[in-house]
Amino acid sequence: MNLPEYQAKALLSEYGIPVPPGRAAFSVDEAVEAADELGGDSWVVKAQIHAGGRGKAGGVKKVFGRETLEKTAGDLLGSRLVTHQTGPAGQPVNRLLVEMPSVVMRELYLACLVDRALERVVFIASSAGGMDIETIAANHPEKILKAVADPVAGFQAYQCREIGFALGLKDKQVAALSRLMLSLYHLFSARDLTLVEINPLAVVADGELVALDAKIQVDDNALFRQKALEELRDATQDDPKEREAHEFGLNYVALDGNIGCMVNGAGLAMATMDLIKLHGGAPANFLDVGGGTTADKVAEAFKLILSDRKVKAILVNIFGGIVRCDLIAEGIIKAVKEVGIEIPVVVRLEGTNVDKGRALLKHSGLKIISADGLTNAAKLVVAAAKR
Amino acid sequence: MSILVNKNTKVICQGFTGKQGTFHSEQAIAYGTKMVGGVTPGKGGQVHLGLPVFNTVREAVHETGADATMIYVPAAFAADSILEAAAAGIKVIACITEGIPVRDMRKVKAALHQHPGVSLIGPNCPGLITPGECKIGIMPGAIHQPGAIGIVSRSGTLTYEAVHQTTLEGLGQSTCVGIGGDPIQGLNFVDCLRLFEADPATRGMVLVGEIGGQAEEDAAAYIKNHVRKPVVAYIAGVTAPKGKRMGHAGAVIAGGRGTAEEKYHALEAAGVHTVRSPAEIGARMREVLH
Repeated sequence: MNLPEYQAKALLSEYGIPVPPGRAAFSVDEAVEAADELGGDSWVVKAQIHAGGRGKAGGVKKVFGRETLEKTAGDLLGSRLVTHQTGPAGQPVNRLLVEMPSVVMRELYLACLVDRALERVVFIASSAGGMDIETIAANHPEKILKAVADPVAGFQAYQCREIGFALGLKDKQVAALSRLMLSLYHLFSARDLTLVEINPLAVVADGELVALDAKIQVDDNALFRQKALEELRDATQDDPKEREAHEFGLNYVALDGNIGCMVNGAGLAMATMDLIKLHGGAPANFLDVGGGTTADKVAEAFKLILSDRKVKAILVNIFGGIVRCDLIAEGIIKAVKEVGIEIPVVVRLEGTNVDKGRALLKHSGLKIISADGLTNAAKLVVAAAKR
Repeated sequence: MSILVNKNTKVICQGFTGKQGTFHSEQAIAYGTKMVGGVTPGKGGQVHLGLPVFNTVREAVHETGADATMIYVPAAFAADSILEAAAAGIKVIACITEGIPVRDMRKVKAALHQHPGVSLIGPNCPGLITPGECKIGIMPGAIHQPGAIGIVSRSGTLTYEAVHQTTLEGLGQSTCVGIGGDPIQGLNFVDCLRLFEADPATRGMVLVGEIGGQAEEDAAAYIKNHVRKPVVAYIAGVTAPKGKRMGHAGAVIAGGRGTAEEKYHALEAAGVHTVRSPAEIGARMREVLH
């Protein structure tokens, strides 16, 4: 789960990491109120969406005077912001962050994340702040500094100092960086985070360090013990269909093609998409109905697939392991009757009680195309979608 | 022969009296696995499925001589269960539970360094099976057949696909290991390939990978230098979009890295027989063995 900037900053602040004074606003009135509370006559207005590249896309604006603030807030709120990370549809702007501007001397990059290969928490830092870390890695790999936290002893002050001096910071700034990094490590562990990216981490006029922008990712698997973070979830930033799927225990990801897929198991679901592509078709979605599939779940999955108007044919690919094929077949028949499906449905069943399952489908009187084997199933559904 | 488990392996179940633990223990017993008991704290002294229930793993090991465990406890308690098994001297720990927080798995892996003889399989995996001898996990026993192919996979149902095909080809399996789909896990591809290479009963190996991480690239490097037996590989997720989590927590293409194409390249450069269709795993294995 991603936290928008204003919530990420609130969390950093809770752990003593300096951020610019700012207020969140859900309306133009609130934005003006926020500016009044903050004081001064210029502010930075930032659209709160879950994607990077906001600055270039016009989602971050420095404004002078209340009138400009009102106009900028009005323009941004309710619009959809398209950045290089959002896809062509963009993401809706429902919240703003109004901040005091900072006088920036230098921009640094700092991130804390879990390194999968090392199985440890690592810090990544760079003197080339403000840029994408991918760009820095591609153009200036020598400017990337890395420090690994010991899983038992934790992250140490000397590691912070090594990074601080390597970044060219002065004595007091190195001390400030050490405090910041140790707090960040504490926050990272205590709140089950998988990524904190502070970019830029600014050295400001008085020599202090301030997190000008922040991105935080929370481990979805740990939300059961991070209730306070789970309540922050901004559902408007999720795909509505993916959210609906989640509520029914389905894993759904929308894609661009016209062949709907329903599969049990994430690996087999990906493999099914690949197979459709291999035989000249295009998958409309990734959908894993999971292990303990029930007739209701199958029905919900059909509804979800059909809510995508592009879908011209559906491929159901189930390898019945612990789940029996005859139960799955009953579920499919019930769902096809209930939902009233007009487009071709190709079903490939394999595994436990497969003969019973196939017989049920055959005698259902429904226009279900039964396939034997993976390749056959893919060919049939690709042909059906082209008709 | 086989790897990790065989007909003499004494197996317990943690979370024994729960719904999942009960169902899959019944299946394991029916398959012929040498189940010797189970653990549910607070229910020690009871008899469940005709087997003794213990309060602690230590007690279970002491009383039964168990050397393997399958874990079906909820995610919040799974890390504790893995460490309890390791501390009690269990050598093969299959953790089926999915949804364990990353922080817990970091802790577990760091602590397991003190138990070098322990093999953790999973979490978030189907488990492992030596056909005809020992089934520890949620895979359907009936599709397996004792034989010559070692299968290692990050995915559950896709493993069944590889098993089904090698059975239809008459090759059978020596042992199948589902290493799971989480970013931080126990045994990886390389660990399993090393064991299969050393196992006289294994004539060839199937590796089923997926997008995300670097495990397939690591496997390719290992195969190039250390594996002489033929390896057939399939990687799921050629069509997966960037940055999206495809069901498994580990299956995300991050920053353009971890793509299926990169993995295919690395494996092909290492002399692995790759297939682009998941339907061709078995047929390809038969071809390269003959």
